[in-house]
Amino acid sequence: MSVMTTSVLTPFTPLESFVGGLIIGVSVFVLLYFNGKVAGISGIIKGSFFSAKKDLLWRLFFLGGLAVGGMVVIKVLPQNTALTFHSHFLVQIIAGLCVGIGTGLSNGCTSGHGICGIARLSMRSIVATLIFMGAGFVTVYFAKLWGIL
Amino acid sequence: MSSLKSIKFFTVFLSGILFSIGLGVSGMMNPYKVRNFLDLFGNWDPSLIFVMLGALIISTLAFRLQSRMPQKKPLCEDEFCMPTATVIDWRLTGGAALFGVGWALSGVCPGPAIANIGTMNSFMLLFIGAMVLGIFLVRFFTKG
Repeated sequence: MSVMTTSVLTPFTPLESFVGGLIIGVSVFVLLYFNGKVAGISGIIKGSFFSAKKDLLWRLFFLGGLAVGGMVVIKVLPQNTALTFHSHFLVQIIAGLCVGIGTGLSNGCTSGHGICGIARLSMRSIVATLIFMGAGFVTVYFAKLWGIL
Repeated sequence: MSSLKSIKFFTVFLSGILFSIGLGVSGMMNPYKVRNFLDLFGNWDPSLIFVMLGALIISTLAFRLQSRMPQKKPLCEDEFCMPTATVIDWRLTGGAALFGVGWALSGVCPGPAIANIGTMNSFMLLFIGAMVLGIFLVRFFTKG
């Protein structure tokens, strides 16, 4: 048992997860068809800091929608959110830095590479997804072994 | 504001809402659930595979149909804004590996992080702050 973070068992939910995935797919569809954009969250965040003014507003609307939709989920399905999430502050800072630097370098995360990139059959995204999932499996294995998780 | 512009921003906002509703329904806003997917030899929860499956079915269809759209452009913009890079280099592979480490340690990636802002969970806010700092570090050290 870890001293630094909490480990919580979660039930296998194939149906809910599949339906949620379909809804995410519809989100990708809407953004592509109406706005011609790829739903890559890390890229949208990055661009909201560094892109030209005319390219800024849609990013803020998307991220705003993401946060507002999240609030609906927090209200309706609180058990599905991070409401009671517990970790260690150092683990969170290191993790956040790794995610920020890693997605910044590789230009994508679970959504941009993992969903949109694979859907576009981009070799870059297929490689990136295999690597970040592989790194994830290895990280959890050793983090548990060393008592970090 | 013209009606086309209103539809443009409404649909972007709607897409953001749908994305987080999908994350919520699928369970992916719960960091423990994501981390358990990566915990192959422990509390393994394969739900994330089904999220990917659902999302990929619709997204693949979307990108397939994209080339068949009339006028070859999106409904509210003049052109599609698609990724063009094809090179597989250390930036891509090393960045992905680093992302995988952070994703596994926290159970959080950028989408669920923003979707969870409303929880005001201090560990989540700490993660978001560090993530933004990381994005700035890449920008200033690599001009990328």
